[in-house]
Amino acid sequence: MGFKILRKEQLASNIHFIEVDAPRIAKAAKPGQFVVLRINENGERIPLTIADKNIKNGTIEIIFQEAGASTTILSKLKAGDSILNILGPLGEPSHIENIGSVVVIGGGVGIAEIFPAIKEYKAKGNKVTAIIGARNKQLLLTEEKIKNMADELLIATDDGSYGRKGFVTDILKEMIEDKKEINLVYAVGPVPMMEAVSNVTKAAKIKTMVSLNTLMLDATGMCGVCRITVGGQIKFACVDGPEFDAHLVDFKELKTRLSTYRDKEKEAIDHICSLDKIKE
Amino acid sequence: MQPGQNKRVKMPERPAQERIKDFNEVALGLSEKDAISEAKRCIQCKNPKCVSNCPVEINIPAFIKLIAESDFKGANKKIRGKNSLPAVCGRVCPQEDQCEKTCILGIKGEPIAIGSLERFAAEYPPSETPVPIKLVGPKVAIIGSGPAGLTCAGDLALKGYQVKIFESLHTAGGVLKYGIPEFRLPKSIVDNEIEYVKSLGVELITDFLAGKTATIEELFKENFKAIFIGAGAGLPNSLGIPGENFQGVYSANEFLFRVNMMKAYKFPEYLTPVITGKKVVVFGAGNVAMDSARCALRLGADKVIIAYRRSRKEMPARAEEIIRAEEEGVEFLLLTAPVEIIPDDAGRVKQVELLKMELGEPDSSGRRRPKALPGSEFKLDCDLAICAIGNSPNPLIPKSTADLKIEKWGGVIVADNKETSIKGVFAGGDIVRGAATVISAMGDGKIAARSIDEMLSKK
Ligand SMILES: Cc1cc2nc3c(=O)[nH]c(=O)nc-3n(C[C@H](O)[C@H](O)[C@H](O)COP(=O)(O)OP(=O)(O)OC[C@H]3O[C@@H](n4cnc5c(N)ncnc54)[C@H](O)[C@@H]3O)c2cc1C
Ligand code: FES
Repeated sequence: MGFKILRKEQLASNIHFIEVDAPRIAKAAKPGQFVVLRINENGERIPLTIADKNIKNGTIEIIFQEAGASTTILSKLKAGDSILNILGPLGEPSHIENIGSVVVIGGGVGIAEIFPAIKEYKAKGNKVTAIIGARNKQLLLTEEKIKNMADELLIATDDGSYGRKGFVTDILKEMIEDKKEINLVYAVGPVPMMEAVSNVTKAAKIKTMVSLNTLMLDATGMCGVCRITVGGQIKFACVDGPEFDAHLVDFKELKTRLSTYRDKEKEAIDHICSLDKIKE
Repeated sequence: MQPGQNKRVKMPERPAQERIKDFNEVALGLSEKDAISEAKRCIQCKNPKCVSNCPVEINIPAFIKLIAESDFKGANKKIRGKNSLPAVCGRVCPQEDQCEKTCILGIKGEPIAIGSLERFAAEYPPSETPVPIKLVGPKVAIIGSGPAGLTCAGDLALKGYQVKIFESLHTAGGVLKYGIPEFRLPKSIVDNEIEYVKSLGVELITDFLAGKTATIEELFKENFKAIFIGAGAGLPNSLGIPGENFQGVYSANEFLFRVNMMKAYKFPEYLTPVITGKKVVVFGAGNVAMDSARCALRLGADKVIIAYRRSRKEMPARAEEIIRAEEEGVEFLLLTAPVEIIPDDAGRVKQVELLKMELGEPDSSGRRRPKALPGSEFKLDCDLAICAIGNSPNPLIPKSTADLKIEKWGGVIVADNKETSIKGVFAGGDIVRGAATVISAMGDGKIAARSIDEMLSKK
């Protein structure tokens, strides 16, 4: 029963890669889509982006950061172990066509999620500049893979340990100031980063798409926990998104909704830590 | 008890103060003695009005007669011929609007407790378990494992078709699992029914979202000869008032899904959290609203208020559940509608603003239309607000299936035989009717199974 993990790697101190046997999902998945998984009987349903897929082997790849109780449990699974449930591919695929020059921005663990989009933008004949940014060099995931696919790769780290010191938005601002041609910006990462990108491009009137990481439950359009106001209308990120026009997204509301269970998350982590102690 | 006598048996229940402390079942079922005595009250009408008001036409006097004769297994078999989920229907059908409504005894006194007797008979399944048959007929795909899908699947398997159910969630049962709470319908009972359908040879695939994991078109390419869509009405209607997206404002679907499907009442042993309010307001007065209110009580609320824009008479919930909710301390604020949700500084619900209503002329549904009384606004403190004002058909499959015709409000359009605008694709239950009932979904599943059999056996 379940979905077998075929490969598992630790990419950075709390970031992990898994390749999972899921032939149906691999066959159907398109860039921008995600899965919802439940690790075991007691588990929650958590959404994770499909970082890549291999149709021939019937596998999908997921890169995730240990953030809450569930991702911590997931990080402890090994190759050969199984995940009880995986549903996907979910959400609307990215709407990718030839529009000229595209800047694809990945921040934090979002870096790992931009590869399928870069590949597809290239396949449609676009010029792709990738900008990736993280706290330090160790957290710059899948750098090689992106470098080989994009026309240009620009890097920023908060501490200056690699690339330029600063934020992805600093690089973006410079490109705009230098009057580089940009027809579209696509950004994935932490909410403050996506909001900052959105503010920069709004002033410069550059169309921008962001992939929202709202809370989710069923992820089939049934519960509405993923709802978010976009252009004054309520949208469900799991079925209408996860990608939306950044300039229409109510980021303040997004942040409020994302913090709903902050106190419960601590309780859950304490609970699984205490279980680990009992085991030892 | 003599035939025709008026005093109706009352099913024993756990006392309200005890039952609101846990999620265990509220109603305890009839004893043999009470069941026989109630069954003997039935006057065995020659032209039984109860049967004509049952959506699946169970031979009600016949099964009741068998109970009166102490042949409980016989009664069970009699029901199962028409209804494969008696343990479920005995608990959740709105009998007062169906069979019991037209019971002749109800004219002068109290109708027979048909629902309680059905539930009683369900406890006596036939001793011979069905032998799994080797299914060799054409392949049929069923989308959704709620009552519509389960019924259609079971009926087709009995006819020898190779049936596969595709369910998007991690477990089967639909609303019976994620919506209706344990204290009203124990999940072990739903699981028994699912196991029964599987024992007929039906294969169940979970984690499969039709329209995303594969489309209807792709399923036909996988050699399915007919497809039944029983995907339900899962889309929660929103209030459309300011403040709906603040923390602590749930759709009833979200709240019930967390509590029932994910067992959030056992957090953190089960990892899904749920907000447990002390002062809870629920909007709406159907079964979904009652279930939400009673779950909130069991999660430790001090005060739970149901705000409803019409009067008590129009409340759509099962009569029994309205009474039980009231016994448990749920308060009803009638002729009252929400106008705004007011948050605290952190963006968490703090108050709701409500408005008084009065009833005007009847609307298209025959219920009197509520009209706002201007200037009657008032505020109510709360730390959890749950919106249970109805669900609409899930748009995902129509959206991903080009030729599937739907009504303006989202319902899939079907002919009398339940066939949709696409040949070989049938549909039934809430995705066709909008949020309706378990028994009507099962009735649709039955008709569709018959139509699919007719279509495929002709070839
Ligand atoms: C809280 C609540 C209480 C209720 N109480 C009562 C009651 O007391 N009495 C009564 O008679 N009725 C009651 N109802 C209504 C009743 O439950 C429904 O009318 C009935 O379940 C409809 O059955 P269905 O098979 O059409 O759909 P559902 O039970 O909704 O099942 C549909 C199934 O399809 C799955 N699905 C959806 N989309 C897809 C897809 N694309 N691919 C694969 N699977 C999919 C869903 O996950 C679900 O499991 C209640 C409803 C709720 C929400
Ligand atoms: S996650 Fe439930 S509707 Fe989107």
